[in-house]
Amino acid sequence: MARYILFRLLQAIPVLLGTTFLIYFMVFAMPGDPLLALFGDKTPNPALLEQLREQYHLNEPFFVQYLYYLGGIFRFDFGVSYSGQPVTEILAQTFPVTIRLAILALLFEMIAGILIGLVSGIRKGGIFDASALVVSLILISLPIFVTAFLGQYFLGIALGWFRPTVGAGAPIQDLILPALVLASISFAQIVRLTRSSVIETKNLDFVRTAYSKGLSSKRIVPVHILRNSLIPVVTYLGTDFGVLLVGATVTEGIFNVPGVGRTLYQAILKGEGPTVVSFVTVMVLIYLVVNLLVDLLYAVLDPRIRYAK
Amino acid sequence: MRINRIGLTAVALVAAGALTLTGCSGGGTTDSKPSANASAIITTNGSEPQNPLIPTNTNEVGGGKILDAIFAGLVYYDADGKPVNDMAESIDTDDSQTFTIKLKEGNTFTNGEDVTAQNFVDAWNYGAALDNKQLSSYFFEDIEGFSYDENVATLSGLKVVDDTTFTVTLKQPTADFPLRLGYSAFYPLPKAAFEDIDAFGQNPIGNGPYKLDGEGAWKHDESIALVKNDDYKGGREVKNGGLTITFYAQQDAAYSDLIAGNLDILDAIPDSAFGSYESDLGDRAVNQAAAIFQSFAIPERLEHFSGEEGKLRRQAISMAINRDEITKVIFQDTRTPAKDFTSPVIDGFSEDIKGNEVLTFDAKKAKELWDQADAISPWTGTFQIAYNADGGHQGWVDAVSNQLKNTLKIDASGAPSPTFAEVRTAITDRTIKTAFRTGWQADYPGLFNFLGPLYATNAGSNDGDYSNPEFDALLKKGQGETSEEAANKDFQDAQAILMEDLPVIPLWYANVNGGYGEDVDNVKFGWNSVPLYYDVTKG
Repeated sequence: MARYILFRLLQAIPVLLGTTFLIYFMVFAMPGDPLLALFGDKTPNPALLEQLREQYHLNEPFFVQYLYYLGGIFRFDFGVSYSGQPVTEILAQTFPVTIRLAILALLFEMIAGILIGLVSGIRKGGIFDASALVVSLILISLPIFVTAFLGQYFLGIALGWFRPTVGAGAPIQDLILPALVLASISFAQIVRLTRSSVIETKNLDFVRTAYSKGLSSKRIVPVHILRNSLIPVVTYLGTDFGVLLVGATVTEGIFNVPGVGRTLYQAILKGEGPTVVSFVTVMVLIYLVVNLLVDLLYAVLDPRIRYAK
Repeated sequence: MRINRIGLTAVALVAAGALTLTGCSGGGTTDSKPSANASAIITTNGSEPQNPLIPTNTNEVGGGKILDAIFAGLVYYDADGKPVNDMAESIDTDDSQTFTIKLKEGNTFTNGEDVTAQNFVDAWNYGAALDNKQLSSYFFEDIEGFSYDENVATLSGLKVVDDTTFTVTLKQPTADFPLRLGYSAFYPLPKAAFEDIDAFGQNPIGNGPYKLDGEGAWKHDESIALVKNDDYKGGREVKNGGLTITFYAQQDAAYSDLIAGNLDILDAIPDSAFGSYESDLGDRAVNQAAAIFQSFAIPERLEHFSGEEGKLRRQAISMAINRDEITKVIFQDTRTPAKDFTSPVIDGFSEDIKGNEVLTFDAKKAKELWDQADAISPWTGTFQIAYNADGGHQGWVDAVSNQLKNTLKIDASGAPSPTFAEVRTAITDRTIKTAFRTGWQADYPGLFNFLGPLYATNAGSNDGDYSNPEFDALLKKGQGETSEEAANKDFQDAQAILMEDLPVIPLWYANVNGGYGEDVDNVKFGWNSVPLYYDVTKG
């Protein structure tokens, strides 16, 4: 087990190097000079421009720039944004917000999704099942920004139940609405996934055996059906948590959440290479770790899966 | 120039009703509301400053809005854009070249330092020196000793006479120099700033009507909290307890907050709400002209656009554009058709510049002029206007192209580039092969600012490489005048030349549209589209 984990972590190193290189290259290859954009429609003096290029090493060839950046990383120096804030500080400030938002969204979609999917699957063909299917279909079809604007307008402005945007410090109560919106699509997927998995499992031999042994539904449904139906759901939840953690640009923008997605988007617009690359690097890292955790979780849910060799 | 990042990328700034400078913005009377609370904090929208909060290194509205609140320069601009003495007691000159500036006594920075002549001179020297790489260094280029080629630590044109007096000597007479002094680049810096300028940029110490609410009041990408500075004795009397500026990535989010009552003042309505904001907000909607001029340039170097032929073609194109229709249909009346090369909010603006009928739609005349040009050399190819696709420009570019197609019977289309940076790069290194979108937001409320930097021979932002000695001479004459009226008259005459040559095709003036909540009163927007926060009262 430990060897497996170690192997997976070692694997992460080339992946990380590769991604920083690719992202750095892409930022570098973006057409146009980010420094010129800093001046808007005004044309800066060439001498001043030259000085600024030197400051950000933008006058160096691509590989030299990349090495400067890599060299910084090994000293835990991720560079400084144009507004003078160290990128490490930006990371430390935005990730907690996004993590709070991701956990909230995950809780919503997990609890509601699995419960509704389970009931739907057990009572396949009933009214509850039919309405759950219709509602989830609607949620899946709606683009996230539509859900977000509708939620913001009706729950935030018309009814006034929530603040329409996230206030200073991103307190939990302000994050509920964006988390609900973020959770909406995955929630619908989980309902459908759980439902079909439950339907499949409940027709398996071991469930019939359990019933014929005289066990009550109260025991069979959670222990025998649910647990065995959860493997695809866990895979989905795991990857989804990874997706949530790396930020939701659209949702964070609409609700003005000072999180990872919104900050990254702004950095891309400004052409702030160090910020963009650092964010993406951390995102890749998180994604790798979450995937590893999901793989390990399989073994817990299904003892037939073993990683030790 | 102050750059509005969101304006560039989302075309947010802009509204209707031009010329209603004060008409729509007056907050009405306070007596209908409970008495104002002098300690109430006003909340407003903003955007994360792109640079550290150093006055000479801030050239965009996100940071400019904060600096204007926490610093006080020699003068400030009132609601009509008139300069009023702030730290200055007097600014005198006999020849528009040497200025003697006297400061009021007893003003202090929030760390207790006195505001002296040395603070101004040090700050300006810092801003001008090449090694300091300040984005607004060009503001000092007229001062004697300034150089772009080598580092000049102290400008020879700045001399401290005593604690409250200093003199400024310029390279040539510049009549509107005193008018520029309200811009943030000219703010003073305390001695503490130079000990650690990086730290200062994160927690600036100012001398303005507001100050940062303690260390770390600037929460990056989130907000900045300002409180009233009780030691400020300048002209901008603060009628509230403070100002919290929340940074929004999207104007829609800010608008939602305004509607829900979480935001007091919004200075940019998102385009998605253009159709509804006036009915949503009623008399709390703000609609007024801004100091923003929009146009597109057709450089001389393009085929068919040089000499007499080019002149005829430019005039034909200008007259083939129906500005009224585009501002109505595409912009829902949130822009005002241009009548000159400046802006109606600027002192000295005139609707009657000689030759400005070239800005009025006249299909027949346009076609005639085009045919005359064809007689010199027949037209070939497609007329294209380059623009950045991330700025919401496609609508009007397509509309203009269609009008050109229909009126002049030529092929015309837009030429989009994905990003603002890309199109600016092509313009700056002169590789662009088409006409291109241009725009100008004034640094200070003067006619010259819309003309000199853009159309004078070899001027910094003369992206079309326009050059006309007569025009240059009139600008120079204007700057040599000692009376403002005489100077403005020269600048209007200079514009008459532009009307013939059309170095850029004027399109329209952007308006500022904003709104405010029920709790606040006396909301006025300044000439630069930023609300005069100090004057706002909250019940």
